[in-house]
Amino acid sequence: MQDDRQPILSVRNLKTSFFTDEGIVRAVDGASFDVHLGQTLGIVGESGCGKSVTALSILGIVPRPGRIVEGDILLRREPEDGQAHEIALTSLGDSSSEMRSIRGAEIALVFQEPMTSLSPVHTIGNQIIGAARLHRKLSKQEASELAVELLSLVGIPRAEAAIDSYPFQLSGGLRQRALIALALSCDPRLLIADEPTTALDVTTQAQILDLLRSLQEQNGMAIMLITHDMGVIAEMADQVVVMYLGRVVEEGPVDTVFGESKHPYTQSLLRSIPSIHSTPKVQLPTITGTIPHPYNRPAGCPFHPRCPDVIPGVCDKHEPELQSVGDEHLVSCFLYHPVPETSP
Amino acid sequence: MTEEHPIADSEERIFVAGQMQLMWWRFRKHRVAVVATLVVVAFYLVVLGADFLAYTNPNTTEAYRSLMPPQPIRFFDNGRFSPHVYAVTGERDMRTFKRVYVSHPDQKRPVRFFVRGYKYKFLGFIRTDRHLIGVEGATAAESIFLLGTDEKGRDVWSRIMVATRTSLTIGLVAVALSLVLGVLLGGISGFYGGPMDSAIQRLIEILRSIPTIPLWMGMAAAFPRDWSVEQIYFAITIVIALRGWTGLAREVRGRFLSLREEDFVTAADLAGCSRKRIIFRHMIPSFQSHIIAAATLSVPAMILAETALSYLGLGLRPPAISWGVMLQQVQNVEAVALSPWLLVSAVPVIVVTLAFNFMGDGLRDAADPYGV
Amino acid sequence: MLAYAARRLVLAIFTLWTVTVLSFIIIQLPPGDFVDAYMAQLSATQSNVSEQHFESLRRQYALDRPMYVQYLKWMSGIFSGDFGTSMMWRKSVLDVIGDRLAMTMVLSLGAIILTWAVALPIGIYSAVRQYSIGDYVFTFIGFIGLGVPSFLLALVLMYFGFTLFDSDIGGLFSPEYQLEPWSWGKVKDLLYHLPLPAIIIGLSGTAELIRVMRANLLDELRKPYVITARAAGMSERTLVLKYPVRVALNPFASTVGYLLPYILSGSVIVSVVLGLPTLGPLLLGSLVAQDMFLAGTIVMMLGALTVIGTFLSDLLLMWIDPRIRFEMVQ
Repeated sequence: MQDDRQPILSVRNLKTSFFTDEGIVRAVDGASFDVHLGQTLGIVGESGCGKSVTALSILGIVPRPGRIVEGDILLRREPEDGQAHEIALTSLGDSSSEMRSIRGAEIALVFQEPMTSLSPVHTIGNQIIGAARLHRKLSKQEASELAVELLSLVGIPRAEAAIDSYPFQLSGGLRQRALIALALSCDPRLLIADEPTTALDVTTQAQILDLLRSLQEQNGMAIMLITHDMGVIAEMADQVVVMYLGRVVEEGPVDTVFGESKHPYTQSLLRSIPSIHSTPKVQLPTITGTIPHPYNRPAGCPFHPRCPDVIPGVCDKHEPELQSVGDEHLVSCFLYHPVPETSP
Repeated sequence: MTEEHPIADSEERIFVAGQMQLMWWRFRKHRVAVVATLVVVAFYLVVLGADFLAYTNPNTTEAYRSLMPPQPIRFFDNGRFSPHVYAVTGERDMRTFKRVYVSHPDQKRPVRFFVRGYKYKFLGFIRTDRHLIGVEGATAAESIFLLGTDEKGRDVWSRIMVATRTSLTIGLVAVALSLVLGVLLGGISGFYGGPMDSAIQRLIEILRSIPTIPLWMGMAAAFPRDWSVEQIYFAITIVIALRGWTGLAREVRGRFLSLREEDFVTAADLAGCSRKRIIFRHMIPSFQSHIIAAATLSVPAMILAETALSYLGLGLRPPAISWGVMLQQVQNVEAVALSPWLLVSAVPVIVVTLAFNFMGDGLRDAADPYGV
Repeated sequence: MLAYAARRLVLAIFTLWTVTVLSFIIIQLPPGDFVDAYMAQLSATQSNVSEQHFESLRRQYALDRPMYVQYLKWMSGIFSGDFGTSMMWRKSVLDVIGDRLAMTMVLSLGAIILTWAVALPIGIYSAVRQYSIGDYVFTFIGFIGLGVPSFLLALVLMYFGFTLFDSDIGGLFSPEYQLEPWSWGKVKDLLYHLPLPAIIIGLSGTAELIRVMRANLLDELRKPYVITARAAGMSERTLVLKYPVRVALNPFASTVGYLLPYILSGSVIVSVVLGLPTLGPLLLGSLVAQDMFLAGTIVMMLGALTVIGTFLSDLLLMWIDPRIRFEMVQ
């Protein structure tokens, strides 16, 4: 990778587990990826594959009984009057004031449920002003002006009136826009959008995605877009990370991953998207089986029980590692790299 | 991690289990609730065998045994297991006019199992005079008094046994009445909706917004003095149930309202099921566990209601014996201070209330199909 | 918003009317009418009262007329401030009640304030520190509060007060103030005596409210808006107090509606045990003596207190919950 393209955020071998009474759930099990300014990284996978927990891990707000057990999360800071440096988020305490000054200010989150992601008994304005004044020295008046500005920026009509409305008075799409305005209140350099469009209808989805893209063009922030929808990824992402059971199985530029997908899981995912060219009334291919129970993770490659190309004796014995198969294209699969010598 | 996990098997088991089976599995996990259930069961065993567990006739008064303190059982005699009590004699202190009791360690009265005492009918139809413990062939005055006596010289232990029968059955009867009213009115309210629903809802709101104890007191005070114990017993259950049904009706109505929208009910409707069939085959089975839990949780309130009313002298009246009737003797602080053992009849009230609460909590959690 | 308030007001008035009907029924329940009972009582005390006096009483209360006329007569009397005559005291009911109504209100208000002041912070603590030792301790105390009826608690505390401290914890005033007219000293004396009965009356309600607050807050803490606020970099303390606690307060505020009947009920029976100069002992005495105008009036007053209190709490709820203010919730 070139020097001028330092990632703003790199996640290295992140492992986050939940320690429940029934057992340990490895929600994220060794994920690594980079996010660059001005670009969108798409993280895709079925529900329960650890996408959201990855987002919460980056922000250091994994709920109990979960915690990060291993790995590094490095945030690159480029102060205007100083030396660019990296700060390891994992070394900061979750509730330390440093971590809190990063949350919301440098990394912001748009959470998946527009219906419930805003407090029902506070006005939109109140919530945006509250967030803005946490990190910026603003008077109430200035913060309120900023809120109006942000609301009109995200395309909410009559923003002056909207700051006094309650979330339940807005439609789902407007609520999601308000949530984005809240996230933008401190001008973050990285916006994590966790399923921002899942609960919305199709036309509203497209509008929200357009909004995210135009916001990115305006302020050059990095976006980490988490979704289970390959279509959204194809439309939005520059880079793609495909996750399965907490592991990254394939990673690369969006064209490469879509055009020359290598991992059988990615291939299956792409095959199961309905396309305008598919033959009518012919059943779409599905991935056989279901995601295994989180307490009952298969040995070896986690995908092997459902994999059409499984190599018996290999995939169920050894864990594949993420290795390069081309320009910036990484895959973790024994079909593409050698099987390690039989371990003792 | 190559070993086979039993999870697949247990999942299979869960898929085919009936609702009651699932509920039991979830209930079993609540240790406290299981213990509480055992306590409740033990109390109802006392209900069944009250006379067997008592050893003197709870209504026998004995002036020479008035307000005698508890008499401890001594289990060993010279290192040999031989339960006995010391004989006690009482005399009146001429200065304070109180009876003073002196125990005589040299006069031992053996306590035996399965002795003959007063006659009663076990379970209501088996004539017998056997009791769990007692002093063989003793007169009332020479018997044992494990928990002391009240001011009329009646044995507190024996009275508590019999009072348990009254207080616990009154709770059950009142809950049964409330349940009938609650399921009926709540069901009508929830299933049909409309003006019937509003009317019933307003009625419930009104009944719930009136302080219960004054209302109960007012109604109970009107019971004619010449009513028999049985008449008053049932009148009280009715008075309590008149307010008690509202909570259950709300529960039933809520369940009906949410179930009405469920797909399986629509499906049954579309399949041409009759209303009766929809209600009894499809809806009630899916919420009966909730109703059981709600009913369990409402038992203690009923028991407390009877206790409070009888304590105030407006509920059951002697010769009926209930926990509240027994507590009537400790109306003022002097009585409590001079004979604190009379407060023991509060212990079963508290224990049973807590046990029902814990059991009901466990049932409610277990009844929730989406609970963990 | 006005529609909501109007609906509540209509319901409150309707409930109030039902309370008067129920109270009237209670007055009518004992066999025989008021004059019969009065006569029986007078002849027992061997006073000589002429037959004409009874007849005029019968006419005054329209006892020879149908029931609904009697009810209307009674009600119109109430509106002109005549609640009937207490035969036990041979005085007008209002004179007998005196400042006991005010005492009942003071005691109940004290119990409610205490209940809230205790239940709110403990509920928040128990939810935020779920499964901590403190949570278990409070849950345990809460269960005791639910399980021990208030009159038993009063008895037990009286026993301990008597044996350990050799003091009578009953009453609302020290003996020297008992019959005094109101003064600053008497108010201070009242405030000194008030907390203990208020705690006793409020305990089971407190236990219930702790459970309510804990459960509500636990629900709210799992909501996505908490994650949103956390991701915005808010400190945990500000966050919890600003958002979820605020949301959980709404159902909490609406508990006043059922707390009031509970507390007034409790105040009656606890007042009997502790001998407090409230409506409770008077109600018991009048019921035992079948002094029905007095009893009916007291039941009605207690009912009216609840209805008015519930209505006020509904207004409070409307004021603090925007969802009701904007008619979003039925």
